[in-house]
Amino acid sequence: MLCKIHSIETLGALDGPGMRCVVFFQGCPLRCIYCHNADTWALSGSAGTQISSDELVKRIKKNRSYFGERGGVTFSGGEPLFQPDFLLETLKLCKAEKIHTALDTSGYCETCDAERILDFTGLVILDIKHYEDSQHKKLTGKPLAKTLGFLKLVAAKKTPLWIRHVVIPGINDSEEHIKRLVSFIHEHSKPEKIELIGYHTMGIEKWKKLGLVYPLAGVKDVNSAVITSLQKIVDSEMN
Amino acid sequence: MKNNAWRNFIPGEWQKSINPRDFIQNNYHPYTGGGEFLAGPTERTKNLFKKLQHLAELEKEMGGVLDIDTSTVSSLTTYPAGYLDKANEIIVGIQTTRPLKRGVNPFGGIRLARKACESYGYKLDPKIEEYFYYRTTHNDGVYRIYPEEMKNAKKCGVITGLPDGYGRGRIIGDYRRVPLYGVDALIEQKNKDKDYLSTQHMDDENIRLHEELFRQIDFLKKLKEMAELYGFDISLPAASAREAVQWLYFAYLGAIKEQNGAAMSLGRVSSFLDIYFERDIAEGTLDEKGAQELIDDFIIKLRMARQLRTPEYNELFAGDPLWITESIGGIGEDGRTLITKSSYRFLQTLYNLGPAPEPNLTVLWSPNLPKEFKKFCAKVSVETNSIQYENDEIMRPSYGDDYAIACCVSAMKVGKQMQFFGARCNLPKVLLLAINGGRDEISGVQVGPELEPLKGEALDYDEVLKRYHFYEDWLCKLYVNTMNVIHNMHDKYAYEKLQMALHDTKLERFMAFGIAGLSVIADSLSAIKYAKVRPARNSSGLIESFQTEGDFPKFGNDDDRVDAIAVEIVTDFLETLKKTPAYRNAIHTLSILTITSNVVYGKSTGATPDGRLSGEPFAPGANPMHNRDSSGAIASLNSVSRIPYDSCRDGISCTFSITPKVIGKTQNEQLDNLTDILDGYFKNKAHHLNVNVITRENLVDAMANPQKYPSLTIRVSGYAVNFHTLKPEQQKEVIKRTFHNAI
Repeated sequence: MLCKIHSIETLGALDGPGMRCVVFFQGCPLRCIYCHNADTWALSGSAGTQISSDELVKRIKKNRSYFGERGGVTFSGGEPLFQPDFLLETLKLCKAEKIHTALDTSGYCETCDAERILDFTGLVILDIKHYEDSQHKKLTGKPLAKTLGFLKLVAAKKTPLWIRHVVIPGINDSEEHIKRLVSFIHEHSKPEKIELIGYHTMGIEKWKKLGLVYPLAGVKDVNSAVITSLQKIVDSEMN
Repeated sequence: MKNNAWRNFIPGEWQKSINPRDFIQNNYHPYTGGGEFLAGPTERTKNLFKKLQHLAELEKEMGGVLDIDTSTVSSLTTYPAGYLDKANEIIVGIQTTRPLKRGVNPFGGIRLARKACESYGYKLDPKIEEYFYYRTTHNDGVYRIYPEEMKNAKKCGVITGLPDGYGRGRIIGDYRRVPLYGVDALIEQKNKDKDYLSTQHMDDENIRLHEELFRQIDFLKKLKEMAELYGFDISLPAASAREAVQWLYFAYLGAIKEQNGAAMSLGRVSSFLDIYFERDIAEGTLDEKGAQELIDDFIIKLRMARQLRTPEYNELFAGDPLWITESIGGIGEDGRTLITKSSYRFLQTLYNLGPAPEPNLTVLWSPNLPKEFKKFCAKVSVETNSIQYENDEIMRPSYGDDYAIACCVSAMKVGKQMQFFGARCNLPKVLLLAINGGRDEISGVQVGPELEPLKGEALDYDEVLKRYHFYEDWLCKLYVNTMNVIHNMHDKYAYEKLQMALHDTKLERFMAFGIAGLSVIADSLSAIKYAKVRPARNSSGLIESFQTEGDFPKFGNDDDRVDAIAVEIVTDFLETLKKTPAYRNAIHTLSILTITSNVVYGKSTGATPDGRLSGEPFAPGANPMHNRDSSGAIASLNSVSRIPYDSCRDGISCTFSITPKVIGKTQNEQLDNLTDILDGYFKNKAHHLNVNVITRENLVDAMANPQKYPSLTIRVSGYAVNFHTLKPEQQKEVIKRTFHNAI
C-alpha cells in the first residue's frame, strides 16, 4: 500500500520516550492558525513523497540500533490518521518487528478507524487544541467532537496516553484556562503526562512560502518562564 | 627494594618480563558504580591552577607564545629544573626552565624551527644555526631524495601535511613501564635484546636496530639524569601512588622534551595508576581527596605542555595541540570492564580544572560498559563538550585490550606497535587530476602522467571511474614511496630514542595513510552517475568547473546507492596502496581524518561535480557534506558507519553536532538519549564520534563557518530545521531562541 509522507527525521528525542525515528505524514484535515508545519497540510497534487509501507518500515528499521530499550518510531505529521489504512498496515508491520510505536495526533478521525488503529499503537500523544467546541473550531477550523471521541476511546482501550497542548500568548496562557483544560482531560482519561508546549514563530516562513497569510502575525513567542509556571500547575493537578 | 615497591601486588608473568598488561589484569579493581565518590579540587590545586591560568592569559595576549628559549636545543637534560610553584607542586617537571616557555627542537628541520622563532619576533641563536649547519636534519635528508614528481604532488596539494619537515609523532611510549619497573630494569632488558641481536645475521635491518638500541639505552640513562635534576632517583620501581604518577610523568616529559612530534599521546594510564591508588588507600596512606589531587596536579602538568610551531602549522590544525590523548575505559578480553575509579578521576579533572581540549580524553566505548559510567560520560559531554568516543568492540579484536589511541583515532597496542604517520591524500583532487589528464585544475601544471583531458559534453561515469583508477594507481605508488623516503630519514635523523626505548625491541609497524574529502568525491561520482554533469573548459582546455543538472543521491542520507560508492573508494584505495611495499615491512593502514585541515584542503581544490565551489571547505573526516542530509543526524551517522573499519584500521573520524535540547527536554532525558545514540552508533560498527554539544557561541561561529558544524539541527517539539539552510537573519533568530528561552 502506498501513502504520502512529508519527511523522516531520524534523530527524534522530543516526540515520545527515548530515541525515535519520526515519520511526518503528508496531509491534515485541520487548519490550525498557529500550525508550524503548514507544508504538511495538502495531500493532493505534488505535495509529499509516495512510499510503500514495506519501504517505510525498512527505513525505520535502519535506525533500530538507536532505539535502545525505550525508543522506537513516532508517526506525526500532518495528521497520520488522515491516511488510516496505510497507518494501520505500517503499525502492524512495526508490531511484528517489535518496534515501539507512538502516534502524534490531533485525534481527528472516524471512530471505526481509531478502533482498528489503537489496537496496534504503543503510545498515543494526543494534541488537544482546546476543550470548548467553539474555541476548537476557531483554532483548527473543525469541531471538537471527533477529538473527544478519540480521547474517550483511548481511555476505554487503556492505550498509554500523553497529552500535549500548545500555549499561545493572549489566547490560552491563563492559569484559569490551564486548570480547566486539566480537569477536562481528567474527566475523560488518565494520561501518563500532560505536556505544555510553548508557541513559537518558526513556522511562519513555511506559510509565506505557501503564499498564505499567517493569522497570528505579531504574536510573540511564549516566554519560557510562563510555560514553566503553567507546567507546575499541570503537574500539581496530576498528583 | 623491588619487593617493597611491589608489596601487596598479585604476582604474575609481569614480574618475569616487561608486561604492564599482565600487571593490570592481575591487579586492577573494576568499578561499576557511579561518580558520587569523587572529590572536588583542593585549595592547593585551585591556587596552583590559577597560576597557570594567569600565564595562559599572558600567553594569549602575547599572540600565542609566551617566551622562547632560542639558545638551547630542547632535550632531556639541556635545561635545569623548572617549576610552576615549587613549594606547592606535588608533581614536578616542566619542558624548559620556565612554565609555558617554549624550547626549540630543530632535528625535524632547522627551517621550521627558524621560521617559528621569527614568526613570534625571536631569532634562533647563531650557535644553534652553526651546529645544524654541520648536522643533517630529517628535513635535509628527505630533500636529498625527493624527486620532482613528489615535490609537484606536494605543491599542488594532492598530498599534504606530510611529516617531512617536522616530527612525525603518533608514537606512544609505554610510559607505564617506568613506574612499574624502574629505569634500570628497562636498560637491563634492552641490553639483553642487544646481546641477542648480536648473535643474528648482520643485515641492514639488524644493524639499524642495533644502533637504535644503543641510542634507546643512552636516552634511558638521560631520563634518569633528568629526574635527578628534580631530586628523584627513578632507577627502581615507584613505591607509592605519588611516585607512580611522578615516574610516569617524567617518562612523558622526557618524550616531549626530546620530540616535537605532531601528536604526542599519553596512552592508557588511568586504570594502571588506579592500582597504586587502591593500594595506598588500602594501606591508609592516601584518601580520595589526595588521590584526586595527584591526578589534578598531573593534568595541570599536561595542560602546560607546549611545542614551538609555525603559524601555518597552527592554521592547519586550528591551534597548536599536542594531542595528549589518554584512552579511558573499554572492556577486557575476559569480559570485565576496564573502568576503575581512576577512569572517573581523570574525567573529573574537567570539572576540577574546567573544560579543556588537552589532554584529549578519549572514552573507549562499548555497549557493555557499566550503565553508570556511560551516563556519567554523557553528562561530562553535555556539560564540558570535552570527550571523544571510539568503538572498543571493533578495536579489541585487532588490538587486544591494552591498546591506546594516538592523536585522534589511531589505535595501537601500547609498547608493542608503532606507526609511521602519513598525513593524507586529497581524493577530490585526484578525481579532478584524472578528469584533466594529470593537470592541476587550478595552476594548469602537469602533475601526474599526461593524458588527454576528458572529452564530450557530459561526463560518463564508467569513463571517469576508469580514469580515476589509473590516477589512483599512480598516486598510491607515489604516496607509498614518498612515505618510505620520509620515514627512512626520520629514523635516521630524528629517531624517537626515548619513546622507542619504552617499546618492545621487536615490534609491529604500521604505515598510516590517510584520505581527505571522502564525501566530496562520493557525491561527485554519484552526481556523474545519477545526474548530468557538464564540464566547463577554459581557453587552454582545462576543466575548471561543472554544471550539474538533476538530483543525485548524496552521502549522509543512509542511501545505499551513494554509500556504496564511498565504501568502494575507501577499500579500493587501501588495496592500491598495498601494491607498493612499505618501509621496514610496515602494514599499510588508512584513516579518514582531517581534524580541521578540511578547510585548507578545500582551499587548494577546484570546483567539484557535486556542486561544491572552488576553494570551498571539505566536510571534516568522514562526515557528509553539510546541507546535504534530508533525514536528520542518525541517517547521516548510518552512512558513516557503513565505511568498514577493516579497510580503515587507522580510524574513521566523524563529528556530531547537537544542541542539548535536541536530544531531550530534561537533562536526565538528554543523558539517557545520548547514551542510546552512542550505543546505537557503535552497535552499527562505527569507529569514532566527536560529540559536539553546541553552545550559543558555537552557533554564532557556525553562521560564518558552516563546515565546522555539519548536520547542525535545531529542534523543538515536532519541528526540525537544518541550521545551515536558514538565512542569516533566521539563524540569528534561532540563536536567540535556542538559548534565550533556555530554562
